[in-house]
Amino acid sequence: MKFTINWLKEHLDTKHDDQKIIDKLTSIGLEVESFESQSSELDKFIVAKIIKVERHPNADRLKLCDVDIGQNEKVKVVCGAPNAKNDLLTVYAPPGATIPKSQTKLSVSKIRGATSYGMLCSESELKLSNESEGIITLSPTKYSKQVGKKYFVNKNQKVVDLSITPNRADCLGVRGIARDLAAAGAGKLKNNNKIKINFSGLNKIKVKITNDKNQGCTKFGSLLIKGIKNIESPKWLKEKILSLGQKPISAVVDVTNYVMIDLNRPLHAYDADKIDKGIIVRNSKKGESFEALDNKKYVLGDNMCVISDASGVLGLGGIIGGVKSGTELNTKNILLESAYFKPKSIRSTSKILNLDTDAKYRFERGIDPNSIEEGLIKAAELIQNICGGTISKINITKKEKSKDRAIKFPIDLFNTTTGFKVEVREMTKILSDLGFLVKKNKKELNLKVPSWRPDILQPIDIVEEIVRIKGYDRIKTELPEKTRNKQTLNVHQKLFHFLQRSVASKGYYETVTWSFTDSKINDLFKEDKTEVKIVNPISSDLNVLRSSIFSNLIFYLKKNLDRDVKDISLFEIGPIFSGKKPGQQEIVISAIKSGMISRLNWIEKERKVDVFDAKRDVIQTLIETGLDDKKFHINSNAPNYYHPGKSGAIYQDSKSNKPIAFFGEIHPNINQKLQIKTEALILFEIFLDKIELHKNKLKDQKNKYEYSDFQKSERDFAFIIDKNLNVQELVKIIYKIDINLIKSVKVFDLYEGENIPSDKKSIALNVTIQSSQKSLNDKDLEKINNLIISTVESNTGAKIRS
Amino acid sequence: MSDIIKIKEEYLLKLKDDLDLNNINQIKSELFGKTGKISNEFKKMGSMSPDSRKKFASDLNAIKDELQEIIEKKIKDIEIKEINLKLQNEKVDITLPERSFKRGKIHPVSQVIDEISSIFSEIGFSVAEGPDVENEYNNFTALNTPDNHPARDMHDTFYLDDNKEYLLRTHTSPVQVRTMLGGKPPFKIIAPGRTYRSDSDQTHAPMFHQVEGLHIDKNINMGHLKGCLNYFIKEFFEIDKIKMRFRPSHFPFTEPSAEVDIGYRLKDGKIIIGEGDKWLEILGCGMVHPNVLKNVKVDPQKFQGYAFGMGIDRLAMLKYGINDLRAFFETDYRWLNHFGFDPLDVPSNYRGLSR
Repeated sequence: MKFTINWLKEHLDTKHDDQKIIDKLTSIGLEVESFESQSSELDKFIVAKIIKVERHPNADRLKLCDVDIGQNEKVKVVCGAPNAKNDLLTVYAPPGATIPKSQTKLSVSKIRGATSYGMLCSESELKLSNESEGIITLSPTKYSKQVGKKYFVNKNQKVVDLSITPNRADCLGVRGIARDLAAAGAGKLKNNNKIKINFSGLNKIKVKITNDKNQGCTKFGSLLIKGIKNIESPKWLKEKILSLGQKPISAVVDVTNYVMIDLNRPLHAYDADKIDKGIIVRNSKKGESFEALDNKKYVLGDNMCVISDASGVLGLGGIIGGVKSGTELNTKNILLESAYFKPKSIRSTSKILNLDTDAKYRFERGIDPNSIEEGLIKAAELIQNICGGTISKINITKKEKSKDRAIKFPIDLFNTTTGFKVEVREMTKILSDLGFLVKKNKKELNLKVPSWRPDILQPIDIVEEIVRIKGYDRIKTELPEKTRNKQTLNVHQKLFHFLQRSVASKGYYETVTWSFTDSKINDLFKEDKTEVKIVNPISSDLNVLRSSIFSNLIFYLKKNLDRDVKDISLFEIGPIFSGKKPGQQEIVISAIKSGMISRLNWIEKERKVDVFDAKRDVIQTLIETGLDDKKFHINSNAPNYYHPGKSGAIYQDSKSNKPIAFFGEIHPNINQKLQIKTEALILFEIFLDKIELHKNKLKDQKNKYEYSDFQKSERDFAFIIDKNLNVQELVKIIYKIDINLIKSVKVFDLYEGENIPSDKKSIALNVTIQSSQKSLNDKDLEKINNLIISTVESNTGAKIRS
Repeated sequence: MSDIIKIKEEYLLKLKDDLDLNNINQIKSELFGKTGKISNEFKKMGSMSPDSRKKFASDLNAIKDELQEIIEKKIKDIEIKEINLKLQNEKVDITLPERSFKRGKIHPVSQVIDEISSIFSEIGFSVAEGPDVENEYNNFTALNTPDNHPARDMHDTFYLDDNKEYLLRTHTSPVQVRTMLGGKPPFKIIAPGRTYRSDSDQTHAPMFHQVEGLHIDKNINMGHLKGCLNYFIKEFFEIDKIKMRFRPSHFPFTEPSAEVDIGYRLKDGKIIIGEGDKWLEILGCGMVHPNVLKNVKVDPQKFQGYAFGMGIDRLAMLKYGINDLRAFFETDYRWLNHFGFDPLDVPSNYRGLSR
């Protein structure tokens, strides 16, 4: 919403200066976006000083000047003026400026072989006088310190630009803003005299509002002005229209626009001679069409509120008029419309047709239904003053009576909501100034809401009116209480935070990527999950909700590889989606690592990252979060984007059927498809929602602290086992033999190849044996040794290697 | 002179020589081996009279101890000498790099969420969450924003179906709805999380982060709202002086509504919070609208309170001098390294919010 302070003062009697008004506007909820002059073409002309004058090498009458324009570099300008000399202060026009007299736009040009950046101006070129002999000479006393500054002080009035919240329809008009300011003590709302018009004759154009279902128009006022001469608007009106950043068109159109901004009362002017018989306000039928004033043809659907005549649609009520009945400079007789359209109807029609106009914006927020006549009269008078003509009586056709809204306001509500008190007398004054009718009744105020405030519906809205006018700075600051009745984080949130920092501490950089992704990449990681499409994505490569975080991690990993970052470790913790309904999502932490370990290291041997790096990171993370790795069960059932032979799934225990994590190397096909160039790529992911958290705190989960000082013994075994038998099984079997004696089983070698059958492998184990009751003697040890060998052999078909 | 004194004299002399480890071991076995000289002396004791035996034993033991001590010391000296000799050849260039390590980083958004949670934890808020995918009711209707309300245009919404029933939440406010529908007052929560709007340019990202606040109880008024936010802003920016301005605004789900600005100035292109005469809008808030309370089955005659919502990314940008919002989500390794936080740097109250 734009207007000038002078325009405001047509409605507001105020002694406040501009800045005070601006501050007041913001403090009562009318946020000032900007307060500045409309920029002007003349802003480009700059005070400059000639530093050095040389003769033009190719032209006797021209000079080459070094000119100081207030910047570090001097500019070279070619000049023909006889008075150009060293130290002269003058006016410089840079390339891009338009010379007022000739209306030519300057560019960097070569004049007789010498390049000129802009020009130095004479008074006549700037239309300041007829003086064309030589360039402007500025007085050193006045201008020597102005070099580089604008020569023309911007005389345009400063324009206020307000950001009006959707509830304040009334402040889309200058008068409404003035009313608010007056209520807040920034002046007095002027009592604009009722305009007296001589009405002559009847408005013979009949208006009918049909009884269609959901008729969008409830009231239609109109009058005829006959015998006008539609001309260009006078200067004052043009200036007003220009100050809004709009273009003046003709007196009739400019007047209707002016009244719209002044009173927030949209009007429409028809060429009365182009109306076939009378006006019918009705619902459209599907397929009807018309050409609107924006020169576009609109094909209508059913039940849009249209203004029509006997031969068809003239316009969309409250949104846009049509070309057919539009006014032109040669229009003689006009019909002026001032109506009320329902916000809901306006909104649905404009949404379907994707149409946005000033009138629509206003009607959608709610126009004062009682301003129909005021608007017609103000506009008619102005048009008559400018264009002449005779004004008919006003016709009003009504479908519904507009009712005044009444609110009973409990006076206490103000205090209980805001925490401070305002005297009833003051409340009454504020509300009256805002246009309410106020009657005190014991502990209540009986209020009648002004017709221009469709946003005021219940007592709490009255609280806001009073507190915003009083000023939010009156609200006290209550110190917050430092008490806590509930834990800040629940167990799931704690797990989230712990995992996040646990993974980061293993050298991974946390990233945050979109929750949506490219369906083509998503397909590679989706498996059998449902694809969740976005109906209106911002771009076709962000068209689905992610089924996995990897699609984004891989995408950005590739970008970083392309930037020549080599060894990358990234992770993200966040949602993945399995359906379009709320709740069909789960939290996952996904990590990815590429390249080499110990690249270019003088002391360590460099190697590619591999599946056991991924396994270490994921297992360590799970242990750190408090899970018991001794219970973990691992198998090779990882999703299809992992390398089929080098990946695994981790289950919280051997009985659970849902894995809590996957890890492994990436499937080489994916690297191939996405053209990812790195030595190796590993992944892991942990499904937070699948982790079963222990009810007890960690301290309560721990066993009693026990230790043994009796002698520890270590024994090494090498078994030749079936290639398909996994080590996890082998180790488990050994532990089971005697969980009290066998303290640890370490795998220290894997051998396949020569001397071993091709379907077998050799596993070397180190077993630590310790009793908590006594020192084991040779005999005891021999016994357990033999038991280990015989149990393993009989359970797995393994053979001890001798 | 008795035999044992002779032995002692002889060996004290021998041990004065410059001996190597072999010589000493030789001496050791000459004295204390199975048939060593001292060992043999001990064997003689059996044939002695009790009287003379006692004296002899005491003398012999004294001699044995003396010799042994000298021998042990000699051995240690030689060992130390050998170690010192070895050390001369064991010098490395200590300026060579250490073995490799990798440092991880926490994203600024996560760090700031932890900071925010830590601050609100102090004044009794707990953290609530809601899904990213919401239904139209929770995101709009329950929040007093019916379908035909122009306020819906303020949010460019991503939809997941043609009926516009399911959508990506445009703000964290639906968590208010879920929290209140799922429990009984009082409520005192914050809800940080991802939010989505379908616009994208230099200053807007299609996904960003908000934190919602909600405090509903008996007798909660705008003074408490002001106090809560004043406390938060001071703690968050870790400065004592903060210029803060509440000004009236409009949100369908609060009444009265306010926007909050903080004072700042520019110094060498950097924003200095807390001083200067410029204002920066940082959040929206207000008293929860009675219609919202009714929608979530809370009696507005008995309970009232405030809600607020602010942009987490924006807070992070202001506090940590990050200029470009889009960079938050572009996973540039160099950016993450520069702006990321050490995983051990967990914001906490006793240790300070930021280092």
